[in-house]
Amino acid sequence: MMAGLLPILPFFIAAILALFTRGWLRAVIMLGTPFIAAYGLYNLDDGYTLTTTLMGFEMTPIRIDRLSMLFGYLFCIAALLGTIYSLYHKDTVQHFAAQAYAGSAIGAVLAGDMLTLFIYWELMALTSSVLIFARRSEASFHAGIRYLVTQIISGLLLLAGIIIYYQSVGNLDFNFIGLDSPGGWLIFLAFGIKSAFPLFHNWLTDAYPEATVSGTVFLSSFTTKVAVYALARSYAGTEILIYIGGVMAFFPIYYAVIENDLRRVLTYSLINQVGFMVVGIGIGTELALNGAVGHAFADVIFKGLLMMSMGAVLHATGEMRGSELGGLYKRMPKTTFFAIIGAASISAFPLFSGFVSKSMVVSAVLLEGYYGVWLILLFAAAGVFHHAGIKIPFFAFFAHDSKHSKTAKEAPSPMLWAMALSSVLCIVIGIFPQTFYSMMPWPMDYSPYDTTHVLAQLQLLFFSALAFVWLKLAGIYPPELKSVNVDAEWIYRKLFPKVIYSVGNVFAAIYSKVEFKAERLLQSTQGTANQFFGAQGFLSNFRSLGGMVMWVAVLLSASLFLYYL
Amino acid sequence: MEPCGENNTMNNKKHLFDNPKNVKLLINILYLSCFVLFAMDLVIHRHTVHPWESFTGFYALYGFLACVILVLLARELRKLVMRDEDYYDNKDIPVSDLRTDDEKN
Repeated sequence: MMAGLLPILPFFIAAILALFTRGWLRAVIMLGTPFIAAYGLYNLDDGYTLTTTLMGFEMTPIRIDRLSMLFGYLFCIAALLGTIYSLYHKDTVQHFAAQAYAGSAIGAVLAGDMLTLFIYWELMALTSSVLIFARRSEASFHAGIRYLVTQIISGLLLLAGIIIYYQSVGNLDFNFIGLDSPGGWLIFLAFGIKSAFPLFHNWLTDAYPEATVSGTVFLSSFTTKVAVYALARSYAGTEILIYIGGVMAFFPIYYAVIENDLRRVLTYSLINQVGFMVVGIGIGTELALNGAVGHAFADVIFKGLLMMSMGAVLHATGEMRGSELGGLYKRMPKTTFFAIIGAASISAFPLFSGFVSKSMVVSAVLLEGYYGVWLILLFAAAGVFHHAGIKIPFFAFFAHDSKHSKTAKEAPSPMLWAMALSSVLCIVIGIFPQTFYSMMPWPMDYSPYDTTHVLAQLQLLFFSALAFVWLKLAGIYPPELKSVNVDAEWIYRKLFPKVIYSVGNVFAAIYSKVEFKAERLLQSTQGTANQFFGAQGFLSNFRSLGGMVMWVAVLLSASLFLYYL
Repeated sequence: MEPCGENNTMNNKKHLFDNPKNVKLLINILYLSCFVLFAMDLVIHRHTVHPWESFTGFYALYGFLACVILVLLARELRKLVMRDEDYYDNKDIPVSDLRTDDEKN
């Protein structure tokens, strides 16, 4: 029992201990936790399950196979890197929430039944929202509420799907479900919201950039990757995912090019990366699935690294808008260096992690003959380099000198350590792909480093860079402007309030009319009553007090008389 | 883009890209790399799956065109979707209805 829970429980214990400890003791506890959890995972064998019965349901809180193990280790690494990064601050609430969030994410990927998955699904929603609220600004409060509502809706859809599924199938096993199963679409939608399917993606671009500096690092590591894991487990080979993923890889890059908030640019690029994973899951071959989960693995590290570097900029300058930044390489050379490694990784430069993982998906798409999707992914791959590989480092650290380029200070050492470790991981994965591939859940025979792949990728990237230079020199490249860009969220952030307000206005008008009429009616009734019963009224005037007393006496004696009768 | 290394401190220090020559050098290195990569396509035979892949310079051309199209379309998109920074601050609804006292200040 204890051995089975060792990968999860320490995080929740650390979360509680974080509330009662301070300083180096808390740091030691939080840094030790991922190691204990990883050790716990190491001691569990492939095929291990922990079963228990709760309220008459057969539950499997822990199920170990190569897929869940990979994500378990990944989340231990993400928790460690995020925790190191977050040591620069002493915010107890954030430390508590981050530990609980990491524990919930590992709990979700180790879950062997859907009820356990649902519980961790909701726990993740709650604990992660704290990392948004902890920014303690008006904007983060509103974004956090919107985030929480979306996450809860996803959880409710999941629960509804689980209930329908259980009633007809009779078990809660968290394995392949498919769209044809009863409740299959509901569960698909629940997973889809969390993986930021098109039109359901704005909770991510809305909330992540409003979260705290270290909160965004944790957020970008866990929620969407748990959703990718769930899709890989339950919907592998579902063809519609290929097209959904294609759209996800394609449309956010346009927004990323024109977005001003650099952490929001990264959230659009996060959707783009998840798009590659979703395509891989949709293809469903061993190479494609390995590509999907392998890319999730690499993405957690390089996207975390990029979020860390932008967080460091935000910490140093209090500013995240590209239009107000620039020239920071002079003041933050180490952060600049690490950001460029992250940028090279996400752009899939050979020798960096993104190349090793992304090429699996692209090769699988090509081999299965989805040429249209392949062209879209190539386009998106060039676009990623453009907005995440060049734009992020360029506008933050180079471009023109901003006022911050004279005052900003290099990131504090916990941040630098976390970025350095992430960078090392990005490069190690890039240089030793076979070690990385041997961790993948499905057997495959694949090597990214042949001349064909390397040359094609280098040509794609260098000519993308050439296009950037040309567009920039020719003055065609859109400048960073103080602005927001309308996206699908317009529906619930603009249309709904407008509709609700105007409908409310109609009702308010009707209500005030009714109120006015009722008041008039009341007043006139009151007037009439006053006429008869008021101090000057008809009935008060022609009867004296003595007469009144006499009549009371008469009535009383009459009733007495009747009583004796 | 290469980082500048460890040259911080001093405010009035000349930094790597303060000198236009260095920027020029970097861009020239890029031009040269592009030329070499394109030329390698003529020498090296790539294994191809899709017929388009075997065109000389397919990936180079595609990468270049993709980025140009991306940026041009993004410029058009901007005309369609760009709004002021305070766009979502619900100007249609009287401020007194929505905001707390702290925010009004």
